[in-house]
Amino acid sequence: MKTRHIALACLALAALHAGPAAALKVGDRAPEIAAQRDTSTPLRLSAYKGQVVLLDFWASWCGPCKQSFPWMNTLHGKYAAQGLRIVAVNVDARREDGERFLAQRPPQFLVAWDAEGATPAAYEVKAMPSSVLIGADGRVLHIHAGFRDEDAAALEARIVAALAERR
Amino acid sequence: MSRALLALIAAAALAGCATPQAPKPWEKGNLARPEMTMAGDALDQRFNQHIYQSKENGTGSSGVGGGGCGCN
Repeated sequence: MKTRHIALACLALAALHAGPAAALKVGDRAPEIAAQRDTSTPLRLSAYKGQVVLLDFWASWCGPCKQSFPWMNTLHGKYAAQGLRIVAVNVDARREDGERFLAQRPPQFLVAWDAEGATPAAYEVKAMPSSVLIGADGRVLHIHAGFRDEDAAALEARIVAALAERR
Repeated sequence: MSRALLALIAAAALAGCATPQAPKPWEKGNLARPEMTMAGDALDQRFNQHIYQSKENGTGSSGVGGGGCGCN
């Protein structure tokens, strides 16, 4: 009888610790995003079907994001005509912080807002910043956590390859 | 029966001790604020590091040794 009680208690405790979901992998269908362009315009990934999307997660408090923004501007300039769409999802709890960041580093690419964090949760973001390259078929091609200048070349090569596959 | 109840109460009470979910990587805005650092500001940290290194050098660790006073 006693062991049953203990087992029950253990079960109850175990139920309190929900296990993490399986992580997003290359080849998976990219989850839909739940971000806003502004208060009235939601932004959905389905709008970019058939295009290569670089989905970037950033925040004003994230140091490496300051380096990745100029790089993404360069990317946008180089590859937008070939069908690359850069979508930078902000995860700041206070939007003003994000806007201050943007004022210092004006982006040429698309910025969307997700203060609730539903999108990074769906993508199971492991680090800030994180970027997910999504192919024209809507599948995840590449996941990159963090940003360092030395990563830039490899990431760009991956994007070029994805754009070539699309054609 | 009272034992089962006790066990249940204990389990429920212990659940309160469980730490809330650790902040996710995208929820660390407040933790990233400068006032959340364990040490002082950049200048203070540098000063501490200087003293520490001087003492270590004084005991024959790496780098060029000083007298351990931190005055060079």
